[in-house]
Amino acid sequence: MEYFLEQVINGLQLGMVYALIALGYTMVYGIVRLINFAHGDVFMVGAFIGYFGFTNWNMPWPLAIVVAMIICAALGMTIERLAYRPLRYAPRIMALIAAIGVSFFIEYFCSLKFMFGPNYRVVQRPFEEVYWSIGGVTISNIQVLIFVTAVIMLIGLQYLVYRTKLGAAMRTLSFDHDTARLMGVNVDRTISLTFGIGAALAAVGGVLYAIAYPQIFTFMGIMPGLKAFTAAVLGGIGLIPGAMLGALIMGQAEVMTAAFISSQLRDMIAFSILILVLLIKPTGILGKTQPEKV
Amino acid sequence: MGVNSNYKRLALYAAGTVAVYALIKLLVLSGFINPYWQRVLDQSMIVAIGALGLSVIFGISGQFSIGHAAFYGIGAYTAGLVTKSLGGEAAAFLAALVAGVFMAALVAFLFGLPVLRLTSDYLGIATLGFGVICKVGFDNANKVIPAMGGATGMTGVPQVADFDWIFLFFILSIVLARNFVQSAQGRSCMALREDEVAANVIGINIFRYKMLAFVFGCGLAGLAGALYAHRYPFLHPSNFDFLPSVDFLIIVVLGGMGSLTGTVVTAIGWVFLLEVLRAVLGMAFMDWRGVIYALILVVTILVRRQGLFGNKEYGFLAPRVFKAKEGPNATVKG
Amino acid sequence: MRVSKWVALLTVILFSLSIIAGCGGGQAPPPAAAEEIKIGLIAPLTGDVKTFGESVKNAFELAIEESGNKVGDFNIKYVIADDRNVATEAVNVADKLITQDKVSAIVGSVTSSCTIPISEVAQAAGVVVISPTATNPKVTVDAGNRKDFIFRACFIDPFQGTVAARFALDELGAKTAAVLFDQGNDYTIGLKDFFKEAFVAGGGTMLAEEAYAKTDTDFSAVLTRIAQLKPDILFLPDYYQKASLIGKQARDKGITAVFLGGDGWDSPDLDFAAMEGGYFTNHYSPEDPRPVVAEWVAKYTAKYGQTPDALATLAYDATNLLLAAIEKAGSKDPAAIRDAMAATDGFQAVSGSISFDENGNPIKSAAILQVKDGAQKFVTIVDP
Repeated sequence: MEYFLEQVINGLQLGMVYALIALGYTMVYGIVRLINFAHGDVFMVGAFIGYFGFTNWNMPWPLAIVVAMIICAALGMTIERLAYRPLRYAPRIMALIAAIGVSFFIEYFCSLKFMFGPNYRVVQRPFEEVYWSIGGVTISNIQVLIFVTAVIMLIGLQYLVYRTKLGAAMRTLSFDHDTARLMGVNVDRTISLTFGIGAALAAVGGVLYAIAYPQIFTFMGIMPGLKAFTAAVLGGIGLIPGAMLGALIMGQAEVMTAAFISSQLRDMIAFSILILVLLIKPTGILGKTQPEKV
Repeated sequence: MGVNSNYKRLALYAAGTVAVYALIKLLVLSGFINPYWQRVLDQSMIVAIGALGLSVIFGISGQFSIGHAAFYGIGAYTAGLVTKSLGGEAAAFLAALVAGVFMAALVAFLFGLPVLRLTSDYLGIATLGFGVICKVGFDNANKVIPAMGGATGMTGVPQVADFDWIFLFFILSIVLARNFVQSAQGRSCMALREDEVAANVIGINIFRYKMLAFVFGCGLAGLAGALYAHRYPFLHPSNFDFLPSVDFLIIVVLGGMGSLTGTVVTAIGWVFLLEVLRAVLGMAFMDWRGVIYALILVVTILVRRQGLFGNKEYGFLAPRVFKAKEGPNATVKG
Repeated sequence: MRVSKWVALLTVILFSLSIIAGCGGGQAPPPAAAEEIKIGLIAPLTGDVKTFGESVKNAFELAIEESGNKVGDFNIKYVIADDRNVATEAVNVADKLITQDKVSAIVGSVTSSCTIPISEVAQAAGVVVISPTATNPKVTVDAGNRKDFIFRACFIDPFQGTVAARFALDELGAKTAAVLFDQGNDYTIGLKDFFKEAFVAGGGTMLAEEAYAKTDTDFSAVLTRIAQLKPDILFLPDYYQKASLIGKQARDKGITAVFLGGDGWDSPDLDFAAMEGGYFTNHYSPEDPRPVVAEWVAKYTAKYGQTPDALATLAYDATNLLLAAIEKAGSKDPAAIRDAMAATDGFQAVSGSISFDENGNPIKSAAILQVKDGAQKFVTIVDP
């Protein structure tokens, strides 16, 4: 039983890590209907900036997170301005391919020597790990930090989208750009801010990821990005609570497969669950059915 | 009159194909194309065959797939197993190709049965998931079939697919894909790409045509994989995972959605681009290859937002409807 | 409409031009200088294992530079090619080096999944290949056929796995072990298989064998299970970055087992704090008193500002083995180089005294090192 609970906690940690990435992913998708493949790479840049912050620049780690957020927000807005805005009214698939191109570009460019370089770097955690034993189950302060951050991000995003003027503009945009413009929404600015916020969230995810799994390299964003996006689809893409739910399911599925079936099959089972869920509920668990086209 | 000119055109295209073949052969014999560029040329045709498959699935029928390389891999492994056990004679090789195509098409059919009901990005993610599942399957395949080698890769497939074979199947694939697209079935597929509801209303069985396009396209991927297995002496699961699938997707979109011409030209250009960059950049700037490759991709999309060829077809691939217009009062029904 | 047609046409022309230019470029090799030998290097210089490729390239260039660009009566001209760790590209560049650049020998590649296809192409063309680091037996022998032009400078998996198991049983007195391995990497699978074989044959018990994928970073589920089993040994036969990551998480999960690993651990980027107390098998020890070792470490550090890792050391040895064979053969005929290479006897490389067995694998002793106080400490030498 304790073993099972311990595995639940492990799954929760992994799920929350996916959630950190999936939230930004799904928000951008919800507003502009773009699978932003470069999100995983912005996440990587965030991890590197955070690492430089608390090792090379001697910042306290919360400050490093803020710096990473600012730099990544700028990066996200730049990407949007240069690569996505010109394609806003082109077929959706074009923007997706552009996103893939941007993703490759960031990966290869950052692995050049004068950028981050190709090496794997060991991250020295900026604070001591502390372990608490509750009823035989061990929980670390890193896990708590990740849980709390993910929940704050979830609530903050919900607040932003449903309770602020910017959020209202975003929601209007997600329905129809022309109508939104007629209603006085500054389309360019709102989309730009959406990307900025998404990228800042990715940066938070990146820094916490680097602290939890203390190793970073320039291709680290691909797989977590892919899994997080899959999680977002699982929960119902475009929906903020859906991303959280999907991420938690994905995390548990992977951990439970590894713990009780076979570690070799973890990806196979996780993705089989995804396909099964989609077959039963084609728009994800929380998704509403709506006709749409590629 | 119109019929006559169609035959004339056909003869012209056939002559053109033979001329291209003869020219390349001549260049090879004279040593102007060395075995390295010969290999790159073969690779580009193999990739073009696979990309044509995705073009039919996605470009023509609008079914978003990010798992195309999985079917490429199924074709490669199946065909490889056949010749590995039967030997590399022409008959065995052809049997292997048939087996590769058949297996890829069969898996596509079984996978498509439940999954093709999904639409848009959801279908894309399901195919992506299928790609990951196949990769794990290839990684562990040696536990069931030791000859497949699992994660350590498969060797020992006779290398019998030379330029002649590949060129033959390359042309054959183009003809097949073109005829499919211009048949009534192909037009039904285009109709459902444009608007599923409308297509349904005019009596098109949506699911049937989605399935037809999917199985056809995956069969082509299987053919490409089968040729690959007999041209490249080593099959490894990482050849068939996420990134190769993305490569196919890039080719189809960059060429122009719905343009077979675009797909073929872009596939060949894309393969050569990577190799030409190698020659152009030289040793000092080798690290920049990936950067420039990505940059070319982004810039091309930004400059040509409809893809290189839009949705237009040229030459042999151009639809008959346009040609018939040349006749004085020909009214053509598809 | 017209404009787009023109652009499309232009694109076609550009593509065809680039194809022709490519072919043409390939067709104009500079007239060979009187006494010049060409050597190729294939390594992953872009992509996800770029860092391995960098080490190998650095060491290769250092070895060539040291030879003064001369071997015997020949001037060395070298060509470096990138395989991006993709098997298809590895075949393409092997073809390029052999048929276009006309090299006599190739050093490379780094991973087995690229080196195996290269070995097939090179064997068919009759060009010598020496891989610094590809450990899969299939590189030199496939289905019982020895590819006689192919050699390597590293141990093959059976030897290292066996040495690690014997050390665990005899020196550490271990009774039980658990192993984590990458299911997509033949290097770690090979080490795992032979470790298990020798460990069980010697009376030990394997409590767990867990696989992960190259891209996994979360091992909590598996490590929680292993923590319950309390093995004496946790065998982590992967490269330093993965081993470090797993080791760190294993200690987080309260696993107290002794860590054990292979030559993949040898890197200045190993997480020394996390791996404290662990042992690994290696090709040499930096504390080895032989002067060639200290010299090598000093030279590499002076030139590149970092300590050489296992990959760099093996690439340096592979290049020097090749140069020695060319010198002995006194010819740039690959067959002569092959014969000279096969006859290598007691070559004093950084990683020990090397001879080749009948399968082109080096016979050399293994060192056992311990991670202690943030450094690698020499423990013992094990002979094959």
